[in-house]
Amino acid sequence: MNWTEFFAMKGYALYVWGSYGIVLLVLMVEIILVRHKRKITLQQLRLIRDAESLESI
Amino acid sequence: MAINWFKYSAPSTFYGLAGKMIPWLAWPAALLFCTGMYIGFFVAPTDAVQSEAYRIIFVHVPASILSMLIYLVMAGYAALGLIFNTRLSSMMATALAPTGALFAFISLWTGALWGKPMWGAWWVWDARLTSELILLFLYLGFIALQSSIEDPRRADRAGALLAIVGSVNVPIIYFSVQWWNTMHQGSTVKLSGTSMHIAMQQAMFSMLAAMWLYAIAISLSRVRSIILERERNTLWVAELAEVKQ
Amino acid sequence: MNTLSVYSLLDLVIRRDVILAMRRRADVLTTLIFFVLVVSLFPLAVGSEMDMLRKMAPGVVWVAALLASMLSLGRMFSADFQDGTLEQMMLVPQSLSMMVLGKIAAHWMLSGLPLVLIAPVLGLQFDMSGDALLVLVISLLIGTPVLSMIGAFGAALTLGLRGGGVLVSLLVLPLCVPVLIFGTGAVTAVTGGVSAAPNLALLGAFLLMSLLFTPWVSALALRISME
Repeated sequence: MNWTEFFAMKGYALYVWGSYGIVLLVLMVEIILVRHKRKITLQQLRLIRDAESLESI
Repeated sequence: MAINWFKYSAPSTFYGLAGKMIPWLAWPAALLFCTGMYIGFFVAPTDAVQSEAYRIIFVHVPASILSMLIYLVMAGYAALGLIFNTRLSSMMATALAPTGALFAFISLWTGALWGKPMWGAWWVWDARLTSELILLFLYLGFIALQSSIEDPRRADRAGALLAIVGSVNVPIIYFSVQWWNTMHQGSTVKLSGTSMHIAMQQAMFSMLAAMWLYAIAISLSRVRSIILERERNTLWVAELAEVKQ
Repeated sequence: MNTLSVYSLLDLVIRRDVILAMRRRADVLTTLIFFVLVVSLFPLAVGSEMDMLRKMAPGVVWVAALLASMLSLGRMFSADFQDGTLEQMMLVPQSLSMMVLGKIAAHWMLSGLPLVLIAPVLGLQFDMSGDALLVLVISLLIGTPVLSMIGAFGAALTLGLRGGGVLVSLLVLPLCVPVLIFGTGAVTAVTGGVSAAPNLALLGAFLLMSLLFTPWVSALALRISME
């Protein structure tokens, strides 16, 4: 298996890898953003909980 | 076995169910993705007409199909939320929108990268790509509308109406763009006329299934955050392990 | 009080909106001026080669009509929303859909109809033939009401929101694409020597469909925005 040839994709490397690259990039970014949102939401919930427990003192 | 499905229409129970489902969707998605890539690159032969560039279809076509499918599902959930006043349905619609928009974007980007070597231009005004572009705008409109409304219930319902009107319009838009395209003799983004080699079909289906499972998994994940935010003042949220720590 | 017939309700709403708009004549005129301005910008930007301009003409006029229609949408509901009239309209037993239809009709008379009337003059700037001009005017006559109706839906959904104008355009423009395609298609057909009838028929179909659905959907959107 000639890897150099494989990656060259008969001259279409830019287009093929550009496409797959963007797919992986977009999916990774989406996953990161969703996880980030979850983290932030949980942080805010903890803040609310802390604020409420302070009030009840 | 009588399952009380309506139990899961409450955000509190759905939150847990969704959480459990995600790994069961994500791992198979990853597996199918790798399988699809393997078949697509190492098993499927070089195309007679389009050489190696045709391999882009293994991401372009599934992304296009999913962008349209997700829009319909999104509109469906939105309609349910509007008609039956169920909050969770609307939350699912909101959760699906960004994923659908990203798939539409992928479809357009890969379409352009496919078009350039094949037809010489970075953008080809063929009917499908143009409709895809309009679909992206429909998604962005939905997301923009919901982001600019502060009251969650108004956002849910306004978005739902927009999504429903949008989905009714999608066939009309597609038909008009088709017609416009033939009038202007634009090129058509198509595969080489010969029927697809079996390995190509397998790769395509594998990638389609992978993206579909991924879409469900990521939307469920997103909806969980939405649920947490919307239900932040409830007891069950305060009792959650991840909040209590 | 006697219950109003549908016709007199429409008449009432249209009259009111037109009279109110006439008090601020500048608003109505600015839409028209914008239309003329945008159309005139194109030759300045792309050069004065007549062949090219003639080909571009229907597209340019239609896009300008679309944008001008978008511009004036704010007027449809926001004034009444701000002074509480809209709320009153929703409480009244008469049909909200009919009142919305009245508002759409008024909007079209003030924004769409002037465009239709001035289009021939602009078309001449682009050296359009008599046939083409006629079809352009007819296509605008049928199409601009549809634009007003789709616009009404967008305006109702975005009532009272910040970022109003741009947001409405983002929502409404994709939905207007079919009207744009067949509106310009009609003129292109006739300049190409083919009949414009199929395109115009489709535009007519859009008009009928919108008449059937838009007032009702927009009324629904208003209720959603107002609660």
